[in-house]
Amino acid sequence: MCGIISVIDRSKSGMDGSRIKHALSLMNERGSGEGAGYAAYGVYPDFSEYYALHVFFNNLVEPKGSVDEILRTWGEIEFEEEIPTVEQPDLRRTHIPWRYFFKPDISLMPGSTTPEEDIVTMLVMKINTTIQGALVFSSGKNIGVFKASGWPETVADFYQIDQYEGYIWLAHNRYPTNTSGWWGGAHPFNLLDWSVVHNGEITSYGTNRRYIESYGYRCTMFTDTEVVAYLCDLLGRKHGLPEELMVRAFAPPFWDEIDRMKEADCTLNSAIRLTYGSALMNGPFAIVVATADGIVGFTDRIKLRPLIAAEAGDRLYISSEEAAIRRMEPNLDRVWMPKAGEPVIGRVRV
Amino acid sequence: MDKELVINANGIHYTPLNTMIRSAVASGVERIRIDNVLGQRFIADGLKGTVRIKVCGTPGGDLGMFMRGPVIEVFGNCDHAPGNTMDAGEIIIHGSSGDATAHSMRGGIVMVEGDIGYRGGIHMKEYGDHLPVLIVGGNACSFLGEYMAGGIILVLGSGKEHILPDRGIGTGIHGGEIFIRGTVPERALGVGARKAEATEEDRARIEPLIRRFAEVFSVDVEPLISVEYTRITPASGRPFANKYTWE
Repeated sequence: MCGIISVIDRSKSGMDGSRIKHALSLMNERGSGEGAGYAAYGVYPDFSEYYALHVFFNNLVEPKGSVDEILRTWGEIEFEEEIPTVEQPDLRRTHIPWRYFFKPDISLMPGSTTPEEDIVTMLVMKINTTIQGALVFSSGKNIGVFKASGWPETVADFYQIDQYEGYIWLAHNRYPTNTSGWWGGAHPFNLLDWSVVHNGEITSYGTNRRYIESYGYRCTMFTDTEVVAYLCDLLGRKHGLPEELMVRAFAPPFWDEIDRMKEADCTLNSAIRLTYGSALMNGPFAIVVATADGIVGFTDRIKLRPLIAAEAGDRLYISSEEAAIRRMEPNLDRVWMPKAGEPVIGRVRV
Repeated sequence: MDKELVINANGIHYTPLNTMIRSAVASGVERIRIDNVLGQRFIADGLKGTVRIKVCGTPGGDLGMFMRGPVIEVFGNCDHAPGNTMDAGEIIIHGSSGDATAHSMRGGIVMVEGDIGYRGGIHMKEYGDHLPVLIVGGNACSFLGEYMAGGIILVLGSGKEHILPDRGIGTGIHGGEIFIRGTVPERALGVGARKAEATEEDRARIEPLIRRFAEVFSVDVEPLISVEYTRITPASGRPFANKYTWE
């Protein structure tokens, strides 16, 4: 199962996390109390030029020493602290959430057109695969992921998400089915600008993982959704595909539909399927992906998971259930059910 | 005792809500109105009797599941599978509903004023005089009547836009019939389904259903009667006979 909800304010007005907490807990039937999380964009205005690295430490001795060292080797730590939390009776603290505001030294990555992003991606993969007891779960600029094992309202209160203001929020209520629930396995999954929440399962995980690892990404979180975040980074950032084509690669039209298209569309869609066959995601899913510029929601092409979209003024909502959206905003201008495989896109106004 | 009982569902979980409904019905209440419904699943599940329930708001999934007899009228949109395995009674939705509407329905009637999601009427079935009916005022999405074993699905397509299900209509259908206003292209049919223009006799059979729908939702009935319908039925009683068994 799992429940997802997301919102973007296209005018970039800030929203605190209190409403999305209530909306997510309205869908508690979709979760099991073993994972919940939130991603918010625009939460660190004072450090907006720095990469906000959120790390789960098992302890603050060896793992933190190693992470400090590797970060100082590759750039400068402007500020760091334990992420403020408030103990909750029904949440067991198995990790220590920490945050660094980090600026990579671009002179160390010559020959790259996007040296900052490449350094941060490399560091995330390196820390997560080589440093025992440290896991970077959020690495964007002005972005924060807050997640743990627990019910939505418990995790929200643990991180005090009503203290953060963001213009995009993603939230997820997990019902783990194929792997056990743990802090790193809670959604959202994030890399750089990209955050992903997902209901369902990616049955093509093996194919997708082999594909993405051939580009240097490393899957470390024991769950399928992680590959979606990395696929977005590869197709969206590195290959420069716009959101519509990225979603087309993940959930492409059937061949019989492509055969009926006009020649130009037929050529484009055939090329996407042939080029990105290994990025095609099979299985039942409803996904929302966020970047600093907007959100995009889509389902698998035979619609095996629910997705509802709604608008109210400048705000676009995408969720598993209409009731959850109405918990955030009772007066909606428009509510609709997107077609299978077709993206719903909300962009900030430039 | 014809007084309407009003329940304010604001912030109430579905378990106590259903307990309230059941004890009201047990004490002889015949009309209930539930206000401020927001996301509560399983409303009136397994309920028996003749009570009439108005649901105001946005209920959660599986409304009226296993229900036998009551009439539920929803003023708002439904989530997934209203009428799931419902046995008898009515669900009238003044709005739209989600995926798998009337899932596995065995009897009674579900009427949706607006659109329904994917897999409407999946695995509906009939037995003896139990003949479930799903009527959709707007449009239905792909895989309508998937694995259908009995009953009637009627899609009127009377909203602003008339959009046919894209694909897989009646995939694996082995009983029952699907009526869709207008013509349906062959490619939209699923494996095991076949189509034909509805005959005079077929149309005479569905006319009372259309009239009932028009009366409930106060729409003009003539444009819905004097038009062509496509009837989709099983190509055979055992569409996958050779897939799993060999003679």
